[in-house]
Amino acid sequence: MIQVEGLTKRYARNVAVDHVSFSVEKGQIVGFLGPNGAGKTTTMRMLTCFMPPTEGTATIAGFDVVKQPLEVKKRIGYLPETPPVYPEMEVGEYLQFVARIKGIPEKEVLQRSQEAAARCFVKDVYNKLIGKLSKGYRQRVGLAQAIIHNPDVLILDEPTSGFDPKQIIETRDLIKSLAGDHTIVLSTHILQEVEAMCESLVIINKGKIAKSGTVEDLTRRNGAVLEVSIPNGAPEASALSAPFSSLAGVSAVHAEPSGHGLWRIDVDTTAAADMRPQLAQIVLAKGWNLHRLDSASLALHELFLSLTSPVAAVQSEQTPSEENEQ
Amino acid sequence: MRNVITIARKELNTYFQSPIAYILIAAFAAMFGYFFWSLVYFFVRASTQAQMTGRAMPMNLNELVIRNLLGNCGVLCLFMIPMLSMRLFAEEKSRGTIELLLTSPLKDWEILLGKWIGAVGMYASLLLFSSINLIFLFAYGKPDWKPLAIGYLGLLLQAAAMLALGMFISSVTQNQIVAAVMTFFLLLLLWVFEWMSNMDQNRVTEILTYISLLRHNESFIKGVLDMKDTLYYLSVSFLGLFLTARSLESVRYRG
Repeated sequence: MIQVEGLTKRYARNVAVDHVSFSVEKGQIVGFLGPNGAGKTTTMRMLTCFMPPTEGTATIAGFDVVKQPLEVKKRIGYLPETPPVYPEMEVGEYLQFVARIKGIPEKEVLQRSQEAAARCFVKDVYNKLIGKLSKGYRQRVGLAQAIIHNPDVLILDEPTSGFDPKQIIETRDLIKSLAGDHTIVLSTHILQEVEAMCESLVIINKGKIAKSGTVEDLTRRNGAVLEVSIPNGAPEASALSAPFSSLAGVSAVHAEPSGHGLWRIDVDTTAAADMRPQLAQIVLAKGWNLHRLDSASLALHELFLSLTSPVAAVQSEQTPSEENEQ
Repeated sequence: MRNVITIARKELNTYFQSPIAYILIAAFAAMFGYFFWSLVYFFVRASTQAQMTGRAMPMNLNELVIRNLLGNCGVLCLFMIPMLSMRLFAEEKSRGTIELLLTSPLKDWEILLGKWIGAVGMYASLLLFSSINLIFLFAYGKPDWKPLAIGYLGLLLQAAAMLALGMFISSVTQNQIVAAVMTFFLLLLLWVFEWMSNMDQNRVTEILTYISLLRHNESFIKGVLDMKDTLYYLSVSFLGLFLTARSLESVRYRG
């Protein structure tokens, strides 16, 4: 649905977005993750035809953002960082205005604006001035504006900023319910949001893609995590890790108590092979109780920090081949 | 075309949803009323004097009242146009709503044409309010309505040209005050170029005199529909719209 190839935005003095390439399948929710000033907003502005790229191409639903902007604009809904609302208008009046400029036929304008208001939970303020609304309501009016013409692609720049926890959950549910019919690109710097909503992830730092892929792939680490309890006696950490470290393919083992009489054992392996069956057999052979056995995963915040810290940026610049492998 | 109408309607509504429309209408009505009252006062005094001395002087309402009234209105334009044009794009830019307009399936010219028509419509409604005063002229005198209509058309054309220039200035900044001040000085400059007509005639003074915005209104105020002056106002309007389109394009590039 979205194809981005070598997208670059250069200003007089700096490069905001530097050869960014990614693609998004129909119906997916993709998270754009990166620190402030990483180039998320600029990338989104290029996708929405707000500004043309200096270099590279982007196509949305098969239409090029530079050559066929009108066709692209018909197929996207965009919620910028600050919701583009007119404070002196009433919610309903505003949504009807947006419906008209998005090209909805006149006889459907009223109905569509009410539907969009209902879907984004702003029906109760339909006749209120936008200027009098709280930030959360304004943001949802902004969201209603983006979905009013039922676009193929939704581009949301930090859709939950300024919400209270209840609104955040409601908005996440709303966005998730929109996926399927719509392809959604959303930017955020809130990691929980990505975990809660997105299927795949583009981590962007200093205008470049630091890493991209599905959330599962990105956070996977070679190895496994076990939690066991020992039926008799208090064991030593070394006694617990010893049986695993002798296993072929295991690079490191670390055991530590995790409370309630449980021990957590981290097993790192050199290859991506799944060693969970062997690990389970060892536990059973030793007569321990197995409480948990997972393939190890990296917490998203660890991944994020490792990719966006200044040191990581320098490293990735020096070893571009490594980036290509990912 | 529907897009242009949608934008124009929204602009016109915005004026009336904020205090600016009412302040301008009230101020304009007060100023116009004052001009009207003082001109009618002089006219009445002159005509009674003429009666007392017994000299039959040709007294013409159109020449003595309406012509001066419309002339004053043209000058008043200078102060009011910046207040109307300053928000057109500067406000959209500072609020971020420009992102909505530029990412909707609209062509740039539809946006700026709509905005310009909305602003011209706002000015037309100011003129409409002022014309209430003129009812009295028709009630108690016999002015000729044709030169009056042409005079009003001239005012509207002049305002349209000024608004197009003001809209361009509004599109290069996101600060409304900056837009208003710059527009005011530009219009002031274009007005005082008229003085060049009193200087030594050479190419430069001739051109500057011709550029002067108010000078082209004289024929309209006299009740003469001059093709040359109509064309002048239309081409200045077109220039303003064209520059705005260029400036919108650069907004896209610079973000």
